[in-house]
Amino acid sequence: MEKKIIYIRDTDSAQKERINDYFTLFSNELRDANLLEQVQLVKVADIGLYEKGVAVKIIPENIVYSGIKTTDVKEIVEETIRGGKIIKDLLCGKKSKQLRAVLKNCGYIDPESLEDYIAAGGYKALVKVLTEMKPEAVVEELKKSGLRGRGGAGYPTWMKWNFARGMNSPEKYVICNGDEGDPGAYMDRSVLEGDPHSVLEGMIIAGYTIGSTKGYFYIRAEYPLAVERVQKAIDQATSAGLLGNNILGSNFNFELEIRLGAGAFVCGEETSLIASIEGKRGTPHPRPPYPSVKGLWGKPTIINNVETLANIPLLIAGGGTKFASVGTEKSKGTKVFALTGKVKNSGLVEVPMGITLREIVYDIGGGIINNRDIKAIQTGGPSGGVIPQEFLDTPVDYENLGKLGSIMGSGGMIAIDDTDCLVDLAKFYLEFCVDESCGKCAPCRLGGYQLLQILKKISGGNGELEDLNRLKKISYAMQKASLCGLGQSASNPVFSTIRYFEEEYKRHIVDKKCPAGKCKALISFKVISEKCKKCGLCMKNCPANAITGSREAGYIVDSQKCIKCGVCFDVCKFKAVMKE
Amino acid sequence: MVKKDKLQADLEGLVKKWKDKKGNLIMILHSIENIYGYVPRDTSIKLSRLLDVPLARIYEVITFYNYFKLEPPAKHNVAVCMGTACYLKNAASLIEEIEKILHIKEGQSTKDGMFHLDVVRCLGCCGLAPVMMIDEKVYGKVKKSEIVDILSKYVKEEE
Repeated sequence: MEKKIIYIRDTDSAQKERINDYFTLFSNELRDANLLEQVQLVKVADIGLYEKGVAVKIIPENIVYSGIKTTDVKEIVEETIRGGKIIKDLLCGKKSKQLRAVLKNCGYIDPESLEDYIAAGGYKALVKVLTEMKPEAVVEELKKSGLRGRGGAGYPTWMKWNFARGMNSPEKYVICNGDEGDPGAYMDRSVLEGDPHSVLEGMIIAGYTIGSTKGYFYIRAEYPLAVERVQKAIDQATSAGLLGNNILGSNFNFELEIRLGAGAFVCGEETSLIASIEGKRGTPHPRPPYPSVKGLWGKPTIINNVETLANIPLLIAGGGTKFASVGTEKSKGTKVFALTGKVKNSGLVEVPMGITLREIVYDIGGGIINNRDIKAIQTGGPSGGVIPQEFLDTPVDYENLGKLGSIMGSGGMIAIDDTDCLVDLAKFYLEFCVDESCGKCAPCRLGGYQLLQILKKISGGNGELEDLNRLKKISYAMQKASLCGLGQSASNPVFSTIRYFEEEYKRHIVDKKCPAGKCKALISFKVISEKCKKCGLCMKNCPANAITGSREAGYIVDSQKCIKCGVCFDVCKFKAVMKE
Repeated sequence: MVKKDKLQADLEGLVKKWKDKKGNLIMILHSIENIYGYVPRDTSIKLSRLLDVPLARIYEVITFYNYFKLEPPAKHNVAVCMGTACYLKNAASLIEEIEKILHIKEGQSTKDGMFHLDVVRCLGCCGLAPVMMIDEKVYGKVKKSEIVDILSKYVKEEE
């Protein structure tokens, strides 16, 4: 019998313990059936299904059963594992809206094993490229596929490669941008840690296509496991003859080296990244010249994001036309998003382009925590914007998100509900950008600081209506005049929150109220005497002695003394403390 | 403190390994930081001679990147994540609590050199928000009330 693997996963995160019970049940059942040798049981973190109870996936048949009960275990082992029959009643009826292409190996293969990767179809694309395809043909295939850069800007990958290919230079470089610095995003980390060889394969193909013999992995030093696994993958590939001289007998030479980032967000910008690899401060340079003309050490260089490179092997293996069959007119393939914020199931999701935001948040993410109403979605991290709930049915692609004032970005996606304050959120992102501004150009260095001061003024209760115009003016100047992407997009969160939620800003400015209760200076606490059971817990816990009263008379909050820490609100069991 | 001759030997080994590679400075600084936990000034001076690079160039790089430190680290580094997800799940209250318990502010070390508090951006496990990391260990879904226990574990270990 062929060796089988059963992946087992409990999609209901509230039932953490249950998965162990099922694991034991399965292993007992397999032992009784004398099948332990032939079947490997694996607990996985994600199977691409949500809210379906306990689910198992049986490899190599790729059968997915969901919502299984303890009584089904015996039947699964007897019928499917031994008998090879499919139990129709247990089959997962609804197809998951996720489409795992880039992440297809993550969590399923051993990322430290070259054999596993090859067994899963890895390095087939490289063999195909080196034995059957000219560099022009690779570019042609990329063009057919419509693949665009997954790092944020969405520049067509084939054009980038074709420019560099056309340059007449003995030295050219391929760089993998693994400097994933957006707060809230961890797609690249997961790919580098879960399937490093796929990125390697993409880079080798890139090297062959543009005529380069040397590539660099630029990875954040904050991702030690990713660094370790990529290094291991490089070593394995080198000893297997997939890297080095005369790869697979094709006369093509290529070597790879890791360079570490050192904690600078701006180094995700390509010209800064190049400066950083060169061992300098990571400050950007004006473009043009673009790196594909004059990049690392002045030589033609292509820089691709981790996810873009991980797409290359499947694109080549399956062909560009097949790749292009998924997605919208101008955005092809799939995109990995890090879905976080107030959704029930946060995590990495990979979806076909063109899926709606609503499907991502509700069908995959399971909706909003406590079934509250969603207020907006933030995409693209500190360089992106917010999309209010009325646009939830927009199909996700580069153009649509751009039209709505946000960006695809590297793939951060954050659900925001009515307890989040958008002024506060804009302030948070701006603090990040001000902190990370490299200081080289004035619009970013000064503009960002001034924007932040105005936002602080508004959330501190001292805003004036004219401030809204000031914010817009500075934002506009930054977009037009900043040297690199960081400055040009740093004002996006401010711009887009004003665009859609101007009322919320006005509530802060005119009424001096924060509707979400986040801006400390604008909230006050009050004991509602009708609800108060006079237990005195609020008074006992108040760190500022701002609550006075007695068990007979009830309690009141002295707003002068109150430091707005919210302890009284948290400790009250009767919801008698009101925050407004 | 690091012994002088050991330092010299380490450094020469490092430089030898990287000397012929272009753009080696940041990688050498990473190795130094990994050994000592910071980049001691002595090392920078020696490095400047060995690589024939002005000291100012080395300091220019060290001060630009957040990862490189000029001061020795505390025994345990407490890093609280303020990435978007953690921020929304109220990581700020964790920071307040730690500041209250350790009597230090963000970026400072306790007088006994036991803890250093850092506020960091996104540790890359937003699904576990709010997250904090002590040395290499990640604590997910941390509640404010759990912090005292977590910290005191490290103090007890020392005793």
